[in-house]
Amino acid sequence: MPKRTDIKKILIIGSGPIVIGQACEFDYSGTQACKALREDGYQVVLVNSNPATIMTDPEFADRTYVEPVLPDVVEKIIEKERPDALLPTLGGQTALNVAVEVADRGILKKYGVEMIGAHQGAIKKAEDRELFKEAMLKIGLEVPHSGFARTIEDARVVARQIASMPLIIRPSFTLGGSGGGIAYNFEEFETIAARGLEYSPISQILIEESVMGWKEFELEVMRDKNDNVVIICSIENFDPMGIHTGDSITVAPIQTLTDKEYQKMRNAAIAVIREIGVETGGSNIQFALDPKTGRMLAIEMNPRVSRSSALASKATGFPIAKIAAKLAVGYTLDEISNDITRETPACFEPTIDYCVVKIPRFAFEKFPGADQTLTTQMKSVGEAMAIGRTFKEALQKALRSLEIGRKGLGFDPKDRECPLEEIRQGLIVGNANRIFLIKSAFEKGMSVSEIQDLTKIDPWFLAQMEEIVKFGNQLKEMGREKNRFSSLTAKELFQIKSYGFSDAQLAHLFNTPEDDVRKSRKALGVKPSYKLVDTCAAEFEAYTPYYYSSYELEDEIHPQVKKKKVMILGGGPNRIGQGIEFDYCCVHAAFALKEEGYETIMVNSNPETVSTDYDTSDKLYFEPLTLEDVMAIYEKEACDGVIVQFGGQTPLNLAWGLHREGAKIIGTSPESIDIAEDRKLFKELIEKLNLLQPPSGTAVSVDEAIEVAREISYPVLVRPSYVLGGRAMELVYDEITLKDYMYRAVEASPERPILVDKFLEDAIEVDVDAISDGETVVLGAIMEHIEEAGIHSGDSACAIPPFSLSNDLMEEIRDITHQLAKGLKVIGLMNIQFAIKNDQVYVLEVNPRASRTVPFVSKAIGVSLARLATQVMIGRSLKSLGFTKEIKISHFCVKEAVLPFARFPGVDVLLGPEMKSTGEVMGIDDDFGTAFAKAQFGAGQKLPLKGNVFISVKNQDKRDVVHLSKRLASLGFNIVATSGTAKILKNNGVGVRELFKIQEGRPNVLDLMKNQEIHLVINTPRGKGPKEDEKHIRVTATAHNIPIITTLQGASATVNAIEAILGKGLRVRSLQEFHQEGKKRHQAPLQV
Amino acid sequence: MKSILVLEDSHFFEGKSFGTEGEKIAEVVFNTSMTGYQEILTDPSYKGQMVTMTYPLIGNYGVNEEDLESKVPQVEGFIVRELSQVMSNWRATGSLEDYLKKNHIIGIEGVDTRAITRILRLRGAMMGILSTKDFDRESLLQKVKQAPKMIGQDLVKGVTTSKPYTYNQQGSFKVVAMDYGIKTNILRCLESSGCQVTVLPGAASPDEIMKHRPDGLFLSNGPGDPAAVTYAIHTVQKLLGKLPIFGICLGHQILGLAYGGKTYKLKFGHRGANQPVMDLVTRKVAITSQNHGFAVDMSSLNPEEVELTHVNLNDQTVEGMRHKKFPIFSVQYHPEASPGPHDSLYLFDRFREMMMGWKLEVGRSKIKA
Repeated sequence: MPKRTDIKKILIIGSGPIVIGQACEFDYSGTQACKALREDGYQVVLVNSNPATIMTDPEFADRTYVEPVLPDVVEKIIEKERPDALLPTLGGQTALNVAVEVADRGILKKYGVEMIGAHQGAIKKAEDRELFKEAMLKIGLEVPHSGFARTIEDARVVARQIASMPLIIRPSFTLGGSGGGIAYNFEEFETIAARGLEYSPISQILIEESVMGWKEFELEVMRDKNDNVVIICSIENFDPMGIHTGDSITVAPIQTLTDKEYQKMRNAAIAVIREIGVETGGSNIQFALDPKTGRMLAIEMNPRVSRSSALASKATGFPIAKIAAKLAVGYTLDEISNDITRETPACFEPTIDYCVVKIPRFAFEKFPGADQTLTTQMKSVGEAMAIGRTFKEALQKALRSLEIGRKGLGFDPKDRECPLEEIRQGLIVGNANRIFLIKSAFEKGMSVSEIQDLTKIDPWFLAQMEEIVKFGNQLKEMGREKNRFSSLTAKELFQIKSYGFSDAQLAHLFNTPEDDVRKSRKALGVKPSYKLVDTCAAEFEAYTPYYYSSYELEDEIHPQVKKKKVMILGGGPNRIGQGIEFDYCCVHAAFALKEEGYETIMVNSNPETVSTDYDTSDKLYFEPLTLEDVMAIYEKEACDGVIVQFGGQTPLNLAWGLHREGAKIIGTSPESIDIAEDRKLFKELIEKLNLLQPPSGTAVSVDEAIEVAREISYPVLVRPSYVLGGRAMELVYDEITLKDYMYRAVEASPERPILVDKFLEDAIEVDVDAISDGETVVLGAIMEHIEEAGIHSGDSACAIPPFSLSNDLMEEIRDITHQLAKGLKVIGLMNIQFAIKNDQVYVLEVNPRASRTVPFVSKAIGVSLARLATQVMIGRSLKSLGFTKEIKISHFCVKEAVLPFARFPGVDVLLGPEMKSTGEVMGIDDDFGTAFAKAQFGAGQKLPLKGNVFISVKNQDKRDVVHLSKRLASLGFNIVATSGTAKILKNNGVGVRELFKIQEGRPNVLDLMKNQEIHLVINTPRGKGPKEDEKHIRVTATAHNIPIITTLQGASATVNAIEAILGKGLRVRSLQEFHQEGKKRHQAPLQV
Repeated sequence: MKSILVLEDSHFFEGKSFGTEGEKIAEVVFNTSMTGYQEILTDPSYKGQMVTMTYPLIGNYGVNEEDLESKVPQVEGFIVRELSQVMSNWRATGSLEDYLKKNHIIGIEGVDTRAITRILRLRGAMMGILSTKDFDRESLLQKVKQAPKMIGQDLVKGVTTSKPYTYNQQGSFKVVAMDYGIKTNILRCLESSGCQVTVLPGAASPDEIMKHRPDGLFLSNGPGDPAAVTYAIHTVQKLLGKLPIFGICLGHQILGLAYGGKTYKLKFGHRGANQPVMDLVTRKVAITSQNHGFAVDMSSLNPEEVELTHVNLNDQTVEGMRHKKFPIFSVQYHPEASPGPHDSLYLFDRFREMMMGWKLEVGRSKIKA
């Protein structure tokens, strides 16, 4: 039966901001769903607060609500739009939770909205662990021995019943298992159980028998309304049970099960999806298997598309989310054709003829003090995937795709001698570095079975790694001979490459420059072959050009020269500072180039993204973003140019190398990129243009750094060059701290010196995104930061238009932007950061590339800057594109950062020059206060509308806080403070309840927070280093989900927001409406 | 040790030998199943064929005593991308390499199996020669060109049982299973459906079959060209309408020929565990395990007598049929799986129900008489 005709308008809920456990995979699935449903003639209404998504581009839905993903908001949208159906399965856990809440409130019933895909009952059955357990037992599947608890007393009873340690604690209905953990003793059990109860929105935890160390598997299942069920992909976790699958290295397909065991699991998965009752769409089902006996347990099921389903889609070529959307509106699997083969239907099970390895990427370096042990709670921020014909090849490719400085499984300059005891320790506990420790363990002579005992990793994987290590060590031996590399035969080299060794590893092993390795390799004719990802292991002809490289006999690519070809380099694995915003730009580049008649070639290694959807570009290469891998494709395809501006720092770092090897960099030249990145050259440019810059210098040694700092005077900002997201950037107030920083082995070299800048205290920070074609320069927007300079722009909230800048200052900023664009000969996008102090405009830095704010600005002004930039880069003029004037908007847009502190208990929430946020949201409304409020709600801040506010500010903020407190009091809030702040407030006539300081006595603010008696905390850190008691307050607030504001500017904006919401409430309006109104008012030449 | 594979169309692949050494000529086919190499190796339907596994990593879970589809490996040769040096599975009792060596099966690894698959897809299944003795491409090509082709070959006689035997002593239904190369899991499935099974050689006559007074007749899978197994076709023809019949794979093709229809060779066959088959009555799709190079030509059959019941959604070929007058049905694919999905196990129950119905009818007619 074909699609349903009784529904016309469908509401899709997006997943909101990128957070740990919920990243751009939901933009990928949401975008696919929007496209699929609109192709079928349905009207799509979308709500998602994340502006950096492709799905929220106005052309992907009929109505796009960039509004907080909250039940209240969804209710308002339903009331306004009156959709026929709600599709909750594409926006991750967030969408599911909101959908269930909306249904529970009776809103769907009230407005006659049908939940499609998975109904409320199925969602509950899958998500509620008690119901899930019952369901599994009913269909004869085993689950771990376990019990539920709603109080700590119950929890103790359950623990005694299970009577074995360790115990796993899982809170119900939380994202990525947050709040859970493993307890090895009863004391630990108490702590984790209490935390879990608190995290769970329904105050429920599951306490279960530990199956740590068991084998872990996942199946991606799809079902249609005729009850046809297929398995799309099987996944085996390299890391055994006990480590969250998002933090595990995973492999597709399953490697170590016989057909008998696999079919048993397949039958179980089919039974699970039927019993849970997911009527249509995809689900992810996890199993644990006792490696000694094969006893199989059902662990969990996600009744929706997930991170694993995105991975499965990229691993097999089967577009799960797209098909899920079609199934939800009534198609059956046999009615949908397989895009890849065209002739065969989607009702089949993909079979693959390669091996896929996914490796998570972590960001512990950003959170000193965070527990780095990998547990059942997800901590990684991104992932890289690689495809090879063997596990060995795929593993090494995946490791170099991670972009953590490793060139494969070690055998690179980062190899570190490690004492055996340290290795053994590192093997026992799951951690980000374990894969490299396994390599070291083999080198120390440990055997597969010894390592298996410590890690519980399946011996098959370990033996594969041992083969790489043995082979690598042979190469190392060979490398001791002088000029051995040049005497390698083509056959030998081919074999080496087929083990996945990169040119960079060979350079290290044979002590030969990488360029030379590449030259001789190519001279011998040893080049990668490209093979197709085709869902069918070559059984049918495939039409979608999705490729991976391998050192194999047959190359399936026969490039044709019909159109001009442009390569677009993606951003690689998500990390803090480089995420979905850059993928957004890459996708726009692909769309724009297609329209301009170019053939587009996308290269990326991130399976979560829209850019790695085979639909996005003409050809997709799922490959590591290294010079070797990228150049090989460039040459194979004989590209006409490559775009490095859009993928963040990853491609920009490759620019010189690509340029040297003869690739044509499209847009701003590598020379200009270098001027912007090189402090000395940039300083010259600033001086030439007569602009202001905070005094600065560069240093490659401790002494040099001290000298520079003395000269420009403290405080100073220090950081390495060529990094993104303020990596290792610190604010330093004195020489001792500076020395400490330099000693902490930040890798400085003459090519990569340490940058030392004078820090402008209490300056206003301003960001500008602009576009230039060499002739015309147009500003996208001027963004005023809420927080002062010194807090990384990625972590700072900002507003369009600026809310406190004078017209003169804005004019000056525009003028400087024009000068810099011309001075740097920018072709394409650029981003400038300014600091304004005492009405002086300082240029902090210029990035001649797409910035993190490009999607936000594009959504604010209703024009896609990335698309225009792409057109400009291939030679179109802004004039011809009709974009010559900055667009002035009459509404306010606020971007707010979303921080992952709740994932790292105990880590201080203070913001600084090093970026820590994982994502962002946008609030949009007529006035600044409401827009800011929406941004706060979207970011998950529970802005209180009444209650008690605890205020504790540094001395210099005390005067300003008086006014703020008065406003809060007049809004009906009670103010709570400790003696210092209380005294000032009292003196100024603000009623305040005085509390003990933490050292003074009880009850103090910590007690009040734990008792839920504090609803907002305003705490600006005093002086240089953070004080212990302040840290206590902030950490406790985060743990109890109490909004905490650490800057006065932030506090002031928050009060504005509360005032606005109390005043006129929250209304919803779609982007299309905002842009339409904007156009009417200004008749600006928008549509390009 | 070096090993060379030369295809009839002169493509050649150099790799590393595993298993036994020597030289073998056979039809080269590919199987896209990602699991189940042990079942594939021991499936008698692969007699006369060398199997290329499209999944590149083979041998990972070793071999065991339980997952055999016949006593010994049946393939003529085994072609893989990478043979695992280790095995990891709690049921494993030995390595694939040792198993093949012990059973004198020749294997080659380190070849681009995807390239081989693409050649077979584009040009069709063809003969190939695998050698560890002769590395001369021309001489190998000569040998392979002279070898007899699959069409017209009766390979059943090489794999069928020489003597009748009983598989399951108990059971409410007596089934005679014709062994054209029967997979053990079919016997297991019949057993769990409550059948007492007598297995007869493929050449058994109608009298030999009927003397066991069976409640039903099962026609098994098997290798080669069905049209060449003339004795089986004749036997089945004589039994049409005499008792319930269920055929799988070659058994299904033999039924097609016994109905008076034709079979033809597919370009490269269906071999894998992911083939979608629609049941035309329920309109539901089962993912099936398949292994066949020939197919029944539906247009050669009388639509008054024979009805198409199952169709392959990939290429619309015949996957199942039913006799309109007699209690006979058959499928081209493998409901017994091994390897592959268990979606179609219900067909064994359907066979049992058919026998039950037949018994009742016969009983009724006896009473009437």
